[in-house]
Amino acid sequence: MDTILLQLLNGLDKGGAYALIALGLTLVFGTLGVVNFAHGALFMLGAFIAVSVQKLLTISAKVRDESITFFEAYKETPYLELWWGDTGTMIIDMAVPISIIVAIPIMLLIGLIMERGLIRHFYKRDHADQILVTFGLAIVLQEIVKALYGANPIPTPAPDIVSGSAQIGTFLGLSENLVYPWWRLIYLGFSLSIIAAVFAFLHMTTFGMVVRAGMHNREMVGLLGINIEKRFTIIFGLAAVVAGLAGVMYTPILPPDYHIGMDFLVLSFVVVVVGGMGSLGGAVAAGFLLGILQSFASMNEIKSLIPGIDQIIIYLVAVVILLVRPRGLMGKD
Amino acid sequence: MSDDVKKYNTLSRRGFLKAGAAASVVAATAPSFFIKDAWAAEHNFRNVPKGSSVKFGFNVPQTGAYADEGADELRAFKLAVKHINGEGDSGLMNTMKPLSLKGNGVLGKKVEYVTGDTQTKSDAARASAKRMIEKDGVIMWSGGSSSGVAIAQQSLAQEMGVIFMSGLTHSNDTTGKDKRRYGFRHFFNAHMSGAALGPVLEKEMGKDRRAYHLTADYTWGWTQEESIKNTTEAMGWETVKAVRTPLGAGDFSQYITPVLNSGADVLVLNHYGKDMINSLTQAVQFGLRDKQVNGKDFQIIVPLYSRLMAQGAGENIKGILGTTNWNWSLTDAGSQAFVKSFGKEYGFPPSQAAHTCYVQTLLYANACEMAGTFAPCEVISALEGFKFDGMGNGPTEYRAEDHQCFKEILVMRGNEKPSSQFDLLEVVQQVPRSQVEYDAKIFGGELGSCKV
Repeated sequence: MDTILLQLLNGLDKGGAYALIALGLTLVFGTLGVVNFAHGALFMLGAFIAVSVQKLLTISAKVRDESITFFEAYKETPYLELWWGDTGTMIIDMAVPISIIVAIPIMLLIGLIMERGLIRHFYKRDHADQILVTFGLAIVLQEIVKALYGANPIPTPAPDIVSGSAQIGTFLGLSENLVYPWWRLIYLGFSLSIIAAVFAFLHMTTFGMVVRAGMHNREMVGLLGINIEKRFTIIFGLAAVVAGLAGVMYTPILPPDYHIGMDFLVLSFVVVVVGGMGSLGGAVAAGFLLGILQSFASMNEIKSLIPGIDQIIIYLVAVVILLVRPRGLMGKD
Repeated sequence: MSDDVKKYNTLSRRGFLKAGAAASVVAATAPSFFIKDAWAAEHNFRNVPKGSSVKFGFNVPQTGAYADEGADELRAFKLAVKHINGEGDSGLMNTMKPLSLKGNGVLGKKVEYVTGDTQTKSDAARASAKRMIEKDGVIMWSGGSSSGVAIAQQSLAQEMGVIFMSGLTHSNDTTGKDKRRYGFRHFFNAHMSGAALGPVLEKEMGKDRRAYHLTADYTWGWTQEESIKNTTEAMGWETVKAVRTPLGAGDFSQYITPVLNSGADVLVLNHYGKDMINSLTQAVQFGLRDKQVNGKDFQIIVPLYSRLMAQGAGENIKGILGTTNWNWSLTDAGSQAFVKSFGKEYGFPPSQAAHTCYVQTLLYANACEMAGTFAPCEVISALEGFKFDGMGNGPTEYRAEDHQCFKEILVMRGNEKPSSQFDLLEVVQQVPRSQVEYDAKIFGGELGSCKV
């Protein structure tokens, strides 16, 4: 029972990341009709905003390390710690939460520049052209990050206060083996909140209503005198923010490297296809579904029945769903 | 004297001329007949160095799970080339015994090098090595840091007739069932890790333990899991489960959560590099180190680790037991010379990956000097059975039967109270060669011929 609950939490956690990326992909496809292969790179850029903030906060003074006698070695002490002592240490410790605030305007700006500068020129082109240009853009962004930060993953830890595990079992009166890392629980809560906020924005605001109307019939909304292009540009920016925040929050779980976005992008595309292209609800549902399936497929009991199933389960499910429902789980004919 | 006797003893003019002509022919052809093989050996091999320089290839993982090690290996290679060419402070050339190198390159030729990225993938490594051999004309190549990659490159070395001095590779198979005449390993292996770690584990954790293995799913992981299982089961431990994880999995949470309810009280992480950093960090995040199981403190073991991994894992490495090939804190003259030299150049001490790559480069260059030629068969002969000292691991031998170096290895523990930013691992025991030595036949395999 404990194992099943833990795998369910793992699946929800992983599913949260897939759903956040897939949500952005679907928003862009549903509004602009663009298959954006650079969306994973936006996730990666978000993660590297967290890395950059951490690096900025830990700019250090070099002091000779007297304990090393063979050669001249230096200890690095962050200026924040030198100036403000424990307060400085506390600020450095909060690098990831600070990054969330920093990432919102930066990712919005990146999204707007990307859409206005490149993507809009490809609205009326084939999907093949869109895939090529966005994939190329993703590679360029990856290489820039690689040149600036190197190829190695950079540890970006969560604040100390949430670095341990929550005793869920003890709290619920179940087994004491039922523990789960705090940050992963926070990530799950965060992804659910962001998804809820995006849905609320689209369903409870006039702006969202116009966007949804535009997703159904772009020309009609245009004929009503509404500048739908401008709204769609903002939606692209919003999708970039969602992907970026997902990246920032994921850094304590997995130290980011320049390739992290591409690893998630492929799976997220499968999520979008399984959910139904253009269906926001489908993307979210498929994200969580595939995350949970992948997690359960990793259980020893399942793997002893079908070795290697954890590596192929997502693609296997995608094949089956596309055979049964060619337009995905919630796609419309 | 009879006529017959007279006939045999008398040399006629015609007979003299015939014998003289025959002797001239023999005299004229004999030297070339006898020296033909020597000439061929000297000139009839791939990438014969021409001009005043000779080229080495350094094929390291610059991207992927082992990129940290790869970067440090490359630093060491560059330093080794510098020292071989007579630049810098000569590093381990000051302490290596016996030494044939003269500080003027190799056989009077200045060493140049080309580099490649293995991407920690066998096919990419082979492609990169092939390019170095065919396009750049390297006489030898080296690098790590994955056993799958090393084994793939060794096979290529045998096919192409170019020596491969492997860097960081720890699988038993490298010098076991997949050994090759053209491949040499200075680094230790999983069997040695098990033999060294066993007595320490028994002393610190007792004979009644239940172990759960998470294992990188490729040759190195498999052989390390097997070696550690053999050692721990022989001393009474039970293996609860051994689970294979994909290389570069990143998120190991779905593999770690089953450990919580498995009844195991020891987790053995057969992971290396970025994988080990992630799996150890996540195991600690899931509270494994704070657990009590079967009335005992839960323990985590990382049979093979390094200072670079300790750096990436941060606080989580403290108190964790494992083994290493070498550590910068050793106080012998060779280790100190290398640390001083590397530290001066780069501002921090070398990793074990850097050490093994540096030593391999020097050993190859030295073997060429010993052989007096770059011809691979002669160089291989010089390396086989070569005994040396002063390189940081005590008296060492390149065993001829399997091209595996035998020497002291180290049992280490993540330092609870580091005295400096580099003092992340403490030496628990310097395990003598005799304790980790084994019969070359136990892993099978054939070296093959040096004639390709």
